[in-house]
Amino acid sequence: MQLIVDAIITGVLSGGIYVLMALGLTLIFGVMDIINVGQGALVILGAYLSYLLQQHFHIGLFVGLLITMPVMFALGVGLEVAFVRPIRWERTTLSILVTFAIALLIQGALSLGFSTNLVQMHAWYVDSSLKIGSFYLAWVYIFDFILSVVLVAGLYLLLNRTKFGAGLRASMQNRTAAELVGIDVERISAITFGIGVALAAAGGMAYGATSAFNPNSQYDLISRLLVIIILGGMGSLRGAVVAGLAMLVIEDVTSVVWSPVWASTVFYMLLVVVLVFRPQGLFGQLAGRRQ
Amino acid sequence: MRVWRAVVLIALLALAALFPVLFPNPAVDTVAVLTLLFASAVTAWNAFSGYSGYISIGHAAYFGIGSYAVAIMCQDWHVPGGWLPFLLLPLAGLIAVVFAIPMGWVALRTRRHTFVIVTIAMFFIMQLMAFNLRSVTNGSRGMSLPIPVNWGGAFYDIPFYYVGLAVLLLALTVSWWIRNSKYGLGLLAIRDDEDRARGLGVRTGPFKLTAFVIAAFFFGMVGGLHAYYVESIFPPFAFDPLIDLMVALMAFLGGLGTLAGPVLGAVILVPAQQYFTIWFGKPGYYLMIYGAMFLAIILLLPQGIIPALRARFMRSEALAGPLRRGGDEAMGGAALAGDGEGEGGGGV
Repeated sequence: MQLIVDAIITGVLSGGIYVLMALGLTLIFGVMDIINVGQGALVILGAYLSYLLQQHFHIGLFVGLLITMPVMFALGVGLEVAFVRPIRWERTTLSILVTFAIALLIQGALSLGFSTNLVQMHAWYVDSSLKIGSFYLAWVYIFDFILSVVLVAGLYLLLNRTKFGAGLRASMQNRTAAELVGIDVERISAITFGIGVALAAAGGMAYGATSAFNPNSQYDLISRLLVIIILGGMGSLRGAVVAGLAMLVIEDVTSVVWSPVWASTVFYMLLVVVLVFRPQGLFGQLAGRRQ
Repeated sequence: MRVWRAVVLIALLALAALFPVLFPNPAVDTVAVLTLLFASAVTAWNAFSGYSGYISIGHAAYFGIGSYAVAIMCQDWHVPGGWLPFLLLPLAGLIAVVFAIPMGWVALRTRRHTFVIVTIAMFFIMQLMAFNLRSVTNGSRGMSLPIPVNWGGAFYDIPFYYVGLAVLLLALTVSWWIRNSKYGLGLLAIRDDEDRARGLGVRTGPFKLTAFVIAAFFFGMVGGLHAYYVESIFPPFAFDPLIDLMVALMAFLGGLGTLAGPVLGAVILVPAQQYFTIWFGKPGYYLMIYGAMFLAIILLLPQGIIPALRARFMRSEALAGPLRRGGDEAMGGAALAGDGEGEGGGGV
């Protein structure tokens, strides 16, 4: 029983990391109607950037975010303008191919720059733990969770309390109508892509601090992230939060009560069951005819 | 016009049939075998995704299932290397079908974007299974297939070449039949407007699922053939996400929803891919080259070669005067033109 409670706690705390990455993905989907399968690679890129700053410039992981997030934001805006915006036809599929190509480029560059050896990040909060009852929890999980809460709250405020957020939400609801009322949807798209990639940077740092990674980890990440956003409902921010936490809790509990090998399979099975009864996901809207 | 078409077709068939004789170099034949395998897969993929508009980025799962099916059958039934494993290919296709029916049924409950992602997710589930079901798949240690001992040296590629060619011709026949049948018309209607097609009495559910399963059948066969060709399989290579992306890219390069486009895409991209893999052996480099190649193709040639050529051809015919004939039907008919062609035609 104690083990299960521990698993739930770790699940919720590490789920926050996935929520960050998945929010970036679902936000991009909601506004631009494209699927950024490069998100996994961008997360890994973020992790390597934090690692680089820590190794060569002795900048702490969390402080380093002040540098990596703006850099990745700019990278996201650049990617959107250069590669995503020119797609005018079959946006869904071509955007997948384009973002996958970006993922390959990043994976290739990282393999060349850092080799494919697993990287483990170190800091005092990674290596020491907090004792809760009979259960040890590395400080980094708590810090990561605080980071997630702060960023999600910041995103919430940005979306709901600013003029930009209103424009973004309008573009999510109806792109054409948003354009008609004078919202610069192209600009919003670029900024949204940037925000999504910046969230990947934060998620990458948090991910890298809790698990070893190499450039090939992007496949593992992107498959999880895609499952999270389908389960939550495509383009639903609330869905991404709920599904992200649910995924990690279910995985951690499964690995305790059954076996770590089957941890993600159970979650995938849950996804299949949900899709049978609710094809639009937990919080999604039914994709019917769009006028 | 019709005569010319027949002449070109016969010439191409003759070239395909005599290729190993004309180019006995094993290195060239290896590329040719891989090209045929990919061409079959892309043709079958196009018969589902190109016609119905439901883009699947997860059919490589059935490629992997076919690979493992052949490997496991060979192992359990002690099939010796030689011609016999080829007879298992239809069976491998059928095993892929057995998986594809429930998976397709679940995936096709969703639409466009979600469908794409669900197929990707299912692909990764199957890859995970290949890693985890150690008692069946031998986990990450992989499996080996019987080696045809008698086919030494330059002859090795020849049987694979002709079996691959047979699979491709079968796939093309099926694709051509679908395209020219009422069933295919139903698929195109689904692509254009699913709700309206449904309203007009197209049974969208079974239509989509059938095409999905047909494509899976061919992926299973191609996967099995590929596994036998490379002699050993491992989860990350039997279930390789790059296969799906390459397949989709080939279809887009040649022309999505056209009959010949997928083959053309495979003929261009597979040799290019092999070339890059050989010349840039270091993994990092060829990943970057792939990425750059993807970006270049998508951004520079968005509508595909065949639709682009057809648009140009139609324009020159229109300029030539009233001699309008069905020339644009060269490879499958005007109606199958993708959305892109509509734009091209509008520009005239």
